Order: sequence, then structure tokens, then C-alpha cells
Amino acid sequence: MAIVLEITNLSVRFADFFALQEVGFTVESGEFVAIVGPNGAGKSTLLRVLLNLVPNYQGQVNLFGRPLAQVSPDWLGYVPQFKTMDRRFPAQAIELVTTGLSRIWPWKVDSGSQQKAYAALQQVGAEHLAKRAIATLSGGELQRVCLARSIVREPRLIMLDEPATGIDTVGESDMYNLLEAYQAKSGATLLMITHDWHAATHHADKVLLLNRRQISYGSPQDALNEQNLRTAFGHIGHEHRLKSRYDNNV
Amino acid sequence: MQRALIGGILISLLASYYGVFVVQRGLSFMGSGLAHAAFGGVALGLLVSIEPLWIAIPFTILVAIGITWVKERTDLSGDTAIGIFFSVSMALGIIFLFLHQNYSDDAFTYLFGSILAISWLDIFMAFLLLLVSATTIPLWRNWAYSSFDRELAISDRLPVKRDDYLLAVLIAVTIVVAIKLVGIVLIAAFLIIPAATARQLASTFRMMTLFALAIGIAGTVAGLLISFYLDIPSGAAIILIQAVLFFSAMLLNHNR
Repeated sequence: MAIVLEITNLSVRFADFFALQEVGFTVESGEFVAIVGPNGAGKSTLLRVLLNLVPNYQGQVNLFGRPLAQVSPDWLGYVPQFKTMDRRFPAQAIELVTTGLSRIWPWKVDSGSQQKAYAALQQVGAEHLAKRAIATLSGGELQRVCLARSIVREPRLIMLDEPATGIDTVGESDMYNLLEAYQAKSGATLLMITHDWHAATHHADKVLLLNRRQISYGSPQDALNEQNLRTAFGHIGHEHRLKSRYDNNV
Repeated sequence: MQRALIGGILISLLASYYGVFVVQRGLSFMGSGLAHAAFGGVALGLLVSIEPLWIAIPFTILVAIGITWVKERTDLSGDTAIGIFFSVSMALGIIFLFLHQNYSDDAFTYLFGSILAISWLDIFMAFLLLLVSATTIPLWRNWAYSSFDRELAISDRLPVKRDDYLLAVLIAVTIVVAIKLVGIVLIAAFLIIPAATARQLASTFRMMTLFALAIGIAGTVAGLLISFYLDIPSGAAIILIQAVLFFSAMLLNHNR
């Protein structure tokens, strides 16, 4: 299978602090990869590098066989954490979705964009939310709209930042079903940040376990074995919980 | 009065337009900071007997660029960066005014605004700025996107840094041009209130922009007429009318 993402010796340094150190892995086309690690492990920094938000990094990052600067944003879908969004911004859901098409805020949504935006909303079961103000959407509803925003441009790679945070269990299950259905239909590659290794075990093809350094990368069973989890999470005082969580997972 | 009305409408269009970005980005303090920076420039102009506008415009632009630069290069919040430039410019302005003999009349005009002080030069400057702003209308979509989410806009490869600097410069010039009408003390409100009022009524950013323009013009014209007939400072009259519109919109929004 074609390689979508190839990272070699990636390090990101803020002043005298390494947010990421010597990370390297490859992702093949059509894979669902979860990036797992404790708070402060560098998961978001890694995603920010891929989104062109961290200009100063060391190492090599190739997307679709090209350096980041040459990658068209049209190939990339991004679902940010909905909690980081400014929900006071006066906007309707359909306007937010069309930013995925035009990569700019619409003065007025034209009929062509409207049609595509409705189709994307329909795919995530949210066409009834099109004219709603984003301020009035629940977390799960906004997450669906953000997902529609990312798939409307038919990207080859979708990056998701903690997509299940703040969503109830049913909403979380719905979201994974939608993601997997979209992936089956489009063949897109998925890269998802999560702190929930249970979700990673059940939904991802591969897991990257991070704690500033790369702890492991491979199938969920191999990457999330007890020793690796202890290395990633143990030092921050979670030992007493690790065993039971790990036993539950396996 | 005719000059004041023409100037007032032009200036309120500019202030209301840029005000929507100021309000939505949570930069309300920036209006105040730049107005006080303009005070430093105006005072220097008065001291050296040069038209204050010629000094205040570059002075305020430099401060706007400085604020944006400090915000970008440090971990300091926008408010802190603005606060530093605000105080330095104010301190310079006080010293310049102190060194200038018989400054009280001029200073009063610039501090509180006066319709009698609006000259054809001010109107020409406002018109010129309106023309420049008209050429940046396509950038509304960039500024709106980065106002909603700066990182999304950067990840979609918009030139957000360039756009931010340009917006800061245009806001700075708008503030300087509006000083004689509204006064340094009240200019921040002139920038913010129409946009904040529009925000209460609009469901989209486009509607917010259009409402802000209409509310800005209505408040300015009504305020100028009241200022003229009651012989009170124009800035205070405009801001009070705008405040009435704001609270009315708030009540309307609450009752919907």
C-alpha cells in the first residue's frame, strides 16, 4: 500500500524543552492510526506539525511523498477539539461546513457549495442542523458538523484531535461508526489523537504511543502492552490504575 | 454641521466595519490602547506645530505594529502588550503637552471630540481611508475566518500573519481619523458599540457586519444632530445614542 505519512527523527523544541523527541513512523493509505499518550505527551504538537502550525521542527516529515510545504490543504481534513472553537461566533452550521470547501469564510453560501455542504452533513446525519447557529449546538452535534466540514473536501487524510472529548457514550459510538463508514467508502486515512487507549484498541489499525518520545508503534495489542503503557503513563502516578485498565482492555 | 455629518458618516462606516473584527477577536482594549497611542502622536504634533494627523497616523501605526509584533513574539497576552504601549504613549503625550504652551483648548478637542474641529482635511483622509478599505473588501473573508479560528485559517494556508498586521494598521488609521469627531477618551466605544449591538441581532457574521454599518451610521447622525442642537461634545452624544441602541438590542434579543 502507498505510504501517506512518513516521519523521520522528528523533534520539536520550545526554548529548552522538548515537546517531541526523535519520533519516527510511517502510515499507509487507508489505515486508522491512533496517537495515544498522557497529557503533555506531545500528541497535539505532532498534529500541529502536520497542520503546518509549528514552523520550527527538526527531522523529516513527508505527506503523500512530499514535504509539508508542498502539500495541498485540500488533501487534508481536520477535526479540531470542538471545545477550542469560538462558539460565540455568529455562524450557521452550513457556513462552517463550507469553510472546508473554500478554505475561507463565506460572505454568502453559493448554491454549489450549499449542495455539497448538505451532502456532507447528510453523510454524518446532521443535515437538519444546517441552518442552526453553532452557539446552539450540543457537543455531539457540533462534532458532527466539524466532521462534515472535514469530509466535504473529500480529503485523503483526516486528522482528529480528541474527537470523543465531551461527548456522551452514545455520541462517541455514533462518531466512530460515522468515521469507519466514511473510511470504508472513501478509502481515506485517519489519524486520531486520543488519551483513551480503550477506544484506540477497539477502533484503530495501529497505535502510536507517545510520551514526548515514541514509546511504541504497531498493532494496538503490541503497542499498548502493559510494559509500554507503564512507560508512557506510569511515571505520573497512575500505576495503581494501570493494571485494572489494562486487564479490562485485554 | 454639513462637514461634521459627511465626516461622521464616513468615519462611522470605517469604525463599525473594523469594529466587528475587534469585537469578535476580543480586542476591545486594542481600540482604547491605540487611541491613547494616537494621543502621544497628537501631542507631539501640537508641540512641534505640525498638523497632528500627520504625526498621529505614523505614530499609531507603529504602535499597532509593535503590539502585534510583541503578541506574536512573546507569551504575553494581547492585553498586556497593549497595556505596555498604551502607557508609554500616554506618558509621552503628557510630557509633550506639558512642554507645549497654551495647550488646553486643543487638548480638549482631541480628548472629547468636537464637530467644529472637523476640517476638509479630516474628511479627505476619511474618504481616502474608505477607498483603501474598499480595496480590502475581499479580505473580509480571510479576517472573518481567522476571527473564528486562527489555527484553522493557518492550517488552510491563509496568510494570517500578513492579514493581522494589515488589519491592525487599518484599525490604527481609522482611530486616528476618528479622534476629532469622537475624542480619544471615547474612541474605543465608537469602535465597539455598533459591532456589539449588531452581534445581539445577527445570526451570521455577514449580517453582523451589515448591521454594524447601519447602526454606526444611525448612531453617529443622531448623535451629531443632538450635539449640534444641545451644544454638547459630539463624541459623548454619539456614544450615548449608540449605548441606547445597544441596550435596546440587548432587550430585544432577550425577549426573542
